[in-house]
Amino acid sequence: MSWQFASDRPIYAQLVEVIQLKILSGEYEPGGKLPSIRDLAAEAAVNPNTLQRAFSELEQKGLVHTQRTAGRFISEDQDRIESLRQQYAKQAVQGFYGRMQSLGYSTGEIVTLVTERMEEENL
Amino acid sequence: MSLLLECRLLTKRYPLRLALNQVNLQLGKGKIVGLLGPNGSGKTTLIKLANGLLTPSGGHVLVNGQEPGVETKKVLAYLPERSYLPEWMTAGQALDYFYDFYENFNMAKAEDMLARLGIDKKDRIKTMSKGTREKVQLILVMSREADLYLLDEPIGGVDPAARDYILNTIINNYRENATVVISTHLIQDIEKVLDEVVFLNRGEISLHMTVDQVREERGMSVDALFREVFKC
Repeated sequence: MSWQFASDRPIYAQLVEVIQLKILSGEYEPGGKLPSIRDLAAEAAVNPNTLQRAFSELEQKGLVHTQRTAGRFISEDQDRIESLRQQYAKQAVQGFYGRMQSLGYSTGEIVTLVTERMEEENL
Repeated sequence: MSLLLECRLLTKRYPLRLALNQVNLQLGKGKIVGLLGPNGSGKTTLIKLANGLLTPSGGHVLVNGQEPGVETKKVLAYLPERSYLPEWMTAGQALDYFYDFYENFNMAKAEDMLARLGIDKKDRIKTMSKGTREKVQLILVMSREADLYLLDEPIGGVDPAARDYILNTIINNYRENATVVISTHLIQDIEKVLDEVVFLNRGEISLHMTVDQVREERGMSVDALFREVFKC
């Protein structure tokens, strides 16, 4: 059940994204303890040093912090998590909007399609 | 930085062929390194020189700062590409054999790994499949608390599930300051677990970088780069 990675970008950067998404989505709860490097490296089937590098980056972003001896924890700063979550959502929408525009859809048509999709979901 | 494996102008000449040509290589601690190259590029020769199974025609190979010998064999765990366990042995006897030979062999760890694979200590090597034999040999090697592990084609002849098991065993068992060198040409399968890659081409090192460097600077996976560099 190892994780999948794209072949053209650094693995540590992709690990940052995957873990960040788990934090933003709440799968990893604020203040919660993260699995050890070794366990997570085995789960993802990646090199422990690469994972270490990904964690350092998440620490710099303020999403993760290390407590000596106790291990590594998710940030308790809910505002920080929420603002990153909104930022992420904005980017996702921009990406979607850009792709739809390049397919030649107008803003109105895009809204209609999204609404239709929402109605389908509700059924 | 202290080096675990160092080659200085290392050269190996066989009667009709130059297997290694003035190779310079430095590997530090705490890394998983892929020694990659097509068949006949000198991977096994390099590993055998580090083990003291071959003597250099020129230059030096140093393990932990020393020429290969009794002291370096204590800290170096070697997985040859061929099966070498006597067929009449049972798995348990193979464990005892290693325990007798090596001070740093962790018996409890080896027994635990065997049990997890469902291999009985009474099973004979002779009756095991190729994949199971390779797993047993890997267990023997990885149960040693060594500083340097040299694994020659550890995933060569086994199915993808066994490959995953072997890679997981390597990740889970190498110690923080130890270095693991894996020689292979099956790059795609092992790329994610490597820190650094060394490309060996016709007895010369053509590239030595971290995996993420390759991806950042070349914008492609090590596997793709290998196919480009060694295109036939």
